[in-house]
Amino acid sequence: MRLVDLLRTAISNSLRSKLRTSLTVIAIFVGAFTLTMTSAIGTGITSYIGNQVASFGASDVLTVTRTADDQLASRDGPAPYDPDAPTLGGGGFGGGGGGGFAPTPLSDADLGTIAATPGILTVDPIVPIMPSYIQHAGGERFELSVNATAALGRVDLAAGSQLSTDGTRNEIVLPTSYLDALGFENAEAAVGQGVIIGITDYLGVMHEVEAVIVGVQNESLFGSTAALGRQLTDELVAIADTGRPESLRQGYFAATATFDPDAGAEEVTAIKAHLADQGFTAQTVADQIGILQTVIDGVILIFNGFAVIALLAASFGIVNTLLMSVQERTREIGLMKAMGMSGRTVFALFSVEAAFIGFLGSAIGALVAIMIGTLISGILADTVLSGLEGLQVMQFAPASVATIILIVMAIAFFAGTLPARRASRQDPIDALRYE
Amino acid sequence: MTDTILEARDIHKSYGRGPARFEALTGVSLRVEAGESVAIVGKSGSGKSTLMHLLALLDSPDQGAVAIEGKVAGELSVRQVDRLRNTMFGFVFQQFFLIPSASVLDNVILPLKIARVAPRERHERGMAVLRQLELDDKAANKAVNLSGGQKQRVVIARALINEPRVIFADEPTGNLDTATGRLVEDILFRLNREQGITLVIVTHDTDLAARCDRQVIIRDGTLVAAPEGPLPPVVDPAAAHAGPAVTHA
Ligand SMILES: Nc1ncnc2c1ncn2[C@@H]1O[C@H](COP(=O)(O)OP(=O)(O)OP(=O)(O)O)[C@@H](O)[C@H]1O
Ligand SMILES: [Mg+2]
Repeated sequence: MRLVDLLRTAISNSLRSKLRTSLTVIAIFVGAFTLTMTSAIGTGITSYIGNQVASFGASDVLTVTRTADDQLASRDGPAPYDPDAPTLGGGGFGGGGGGGFAPTPLSDADLGTIAATPGILTVDPIVPIMPSYIQHAGGERFELSVNATAALGRVDLAAGSQLSTDGTRNEIVLPTSYLDALGFENAEAAVGQGVIIGITDYLGVMHEVEAVIVGVQNESLFGSTAALGRQLTDELVAIADTGRPESLRQGYFAATATFDPDAGAEEVTAIKAHLADQGFTAQTVADQIGILQTVIDGVILIFNGFAVIALLAASFGIVNTLLMSVQERTREIGLMKAMGMSGRTVFALFSVEAAFIGFLGSAIGALVAIMIGTLISGILADTVLSGLEGLQVMQFAPASVATIILIVMAIAFFAGTLPARRASRQDPIDALRYE
Repeated sequence: MTDTILEARDIHKSYGRGPARFEALTGVSLRVEAGESVAIVGKSGSGKSTLMHLLALLDSPDQGAVAIEGKVAGELSVRQVDRLRNTMFGFVFQQFFLIPSASVLDNVILPLKIARVAPRERHERGMAVLRQLELDDKAANKAVNLSGGQKQRVVIARALINEPRVIFADEPTGNLDTATGRLVEDILFRLNREQGITLVIVTHDTDLAARCDRQVIIRDGTLVAAPEGPLPPVVDPAAAHAGPAVTHA
C-alpha cells in the first residue's frame, strides 16, 4: 500500500466510529490541554524572571552576607557573648526576617577581608535607609521604602533614565505605584520633578532633603521600592547617623562587591568559593532569582506529572478503542490479508490510526489551551497581576507546543501497537469462515 | 491449454490438538489446468472450504505441498505468497465482505490499493470493471445500500480488478435467490469462457456444479471421484437465456 493510501485509510477508519473516537480524543485532549497550559506557564514565568535578571543588569555584582551561623543548629544552649561583635543599629534591617533570627552583621574589618579577596574590585556596605516620608509640591506625605541595593543595579524603566553613577545631584527613581499618590498624571510627567524626603536623625529630629525624580520604574518581583542615587544615599545615611554615639556604631547586614564584568562563570565560582571559605555567602542576582525559579520549576513539574498521568489513562482508552475496532473489523482485515495485504501494512494501518487519534486529541487540546490561556493571561495581566508589568503568565512557544503534540502522538502510537499487533496476526481464514 | 496452474500433492490438514484433533483433509491430490472450471462438491463438513483455502494459499497444509504453476508454495516467502494472491487470485465468497461505509468504487479498487497502483489508474480500471458488470452508475454509492445481487456483482468486480488468473468462489450463490444466483453464475462462466480465467467453485448446488468442466467430489477429507483431466465441456442450457447479459468491453 502506498503511504498516502495508508494514511488516508487509517484516518477514514478512525472516523468510522465517530462517537467512540471522540470519547478517546476527549481523554487525550484533557492531558494535552494540561500539558500545554503548564508548559506555557513555565515559559511565561521563566521569560519574565529572565527579563527581571536582565533588567537588573548588575551581573558583575555580588551580594555578600556573613554565612548564617552554622553552629546554631548543632550548639547546645546559647552562644557565648562576644563584646566585640558588631550589632545592627536602628532595630535591625527591614523589620527582621521574623523569629528574631537576624544574620550576623558585617564589621568594617569584614569589608576589608572581602575587598582583599582576589577578583573583587570594590566593596560597599549596604546600609538600610528608613526615610519617614516623601512629599511632592507641598502635597500629602507618603511612606517611602527604599531598595538598599538599587544604587548598583539598573531597573526596568517606564520613563526617564537610570540613576547616574557619578551624579552630583540627589537622584531618585520611583516605582509607578507612587505616581497617583504624589499627583503625577503619568510616568513622563514625573520625570525631572522635585520631591522632598523626610528622615529623622538618631536623636529623633526630622530633616528634609530635596531630590529629583530621574526615572520611573515598572513594578517588579522586588516589590514597589524606590531606588536612590549614591549622592542621596550618602546624604540620608549621614543624617541618620547624626548624634549616634561612636560606641553604638552599627555593622552592616550585607555588602555589595563588584568583580570584573568579563569574568567567566568559573572565575565567579572561584570568588564565591573563596568568600565561602572565609565565612561569607556571596550571591549574584541570578543566584537569588534562581532559587525562585527552582521553586516554580518544581510546581510546574508536579502539574506536568498530573498531565502525564491523564495521558497514560487516555492511552488505555486508545488501546480499548482500537481493540474494539479490530474485533469489529475482523472480516475486513481477513479479506484484505486474503487479497495480499501484508501483516506489516495491517499493523501500520492500526498504529497510524492510533497516532491520528493522538494527533486529534493533542492538536485540539493545544489549540484550546492556547486560546483560553491567551485570554486568561491577558485578563490577569490587566487585573490581578497588573502590578507586575511585563508578566504574561502564559506564553505559548511554538516549539514546545509542537513537542507536546509529537509526544502525545508517540504515546498514542505505542498504545496502538498492542491492538495493531493483534490485527496483523489475524488469520484470514478465521475471518473468512462464516459461522 | 493443458498447463497446470494449481496442484495439490497428497495434502493433509488437521485442526485442533489432542483428543479434539480433527483430520479435515487426509491425503488429497488434485490438478487444476489453466482455463478450466472446477467444482468442488461434497457434504457439509467434508473439507471443501479447507481444500479451497489451501489451493488459494490462504493456509498451508500439514503434510504434502501446493504448487502454483509448478512453484511449491511452501518454498516461497510470506511476501511472495502475499504477492501471488494479490496478482493471480480473485475471491468470491458466500458473504460479501464489502466495507459497508466505503463507496462501491473504493471497495472494488481495494486490491489495486494493496498492489500500490497509482490513483488515476486505479480509478480508470475500477470504472472499466464496473462498466463490464453494469454497475458504473452505482460507483459512488455506499456499498451498504446495494441489493444482494448488486453486492455480489461488486464482489466479482473486486475479484476481477487485478486481472486474476484464477477466481476462487466459495458458495458464490449461497446467499442469493435462484434468479440472481443464475445471473452471477453466468457472469463467472462468461469470464471463464471469454477471458480464460480459471474457476474453482465450492458449491452444494448440483446445477452449478454441473455447469463446470469438471466436478471434484470430496467425502470425509478425501476425493472420491476425481476424473483424470478435463471432461468434455457440458452443454450449458443457461447460457442461452442469460438475463441482463454481460457486455463484453
Ligand atoms: N479452525 C477449525 N478448527 C477446528 N475444526 C475446523 C476448523 N476449520 C474447519 N474445521 C473442521 O474441518 C472440517 C472441514 O471443514 P470445511 O469448512 O472445509 O467444510 P466444508 O466442506 O466447507 O463444509 P460446508 O459445506 O459446511 O462449508 C469440518 O468438520 C470443520 O468442523
Ligand atoms: Mg465451506
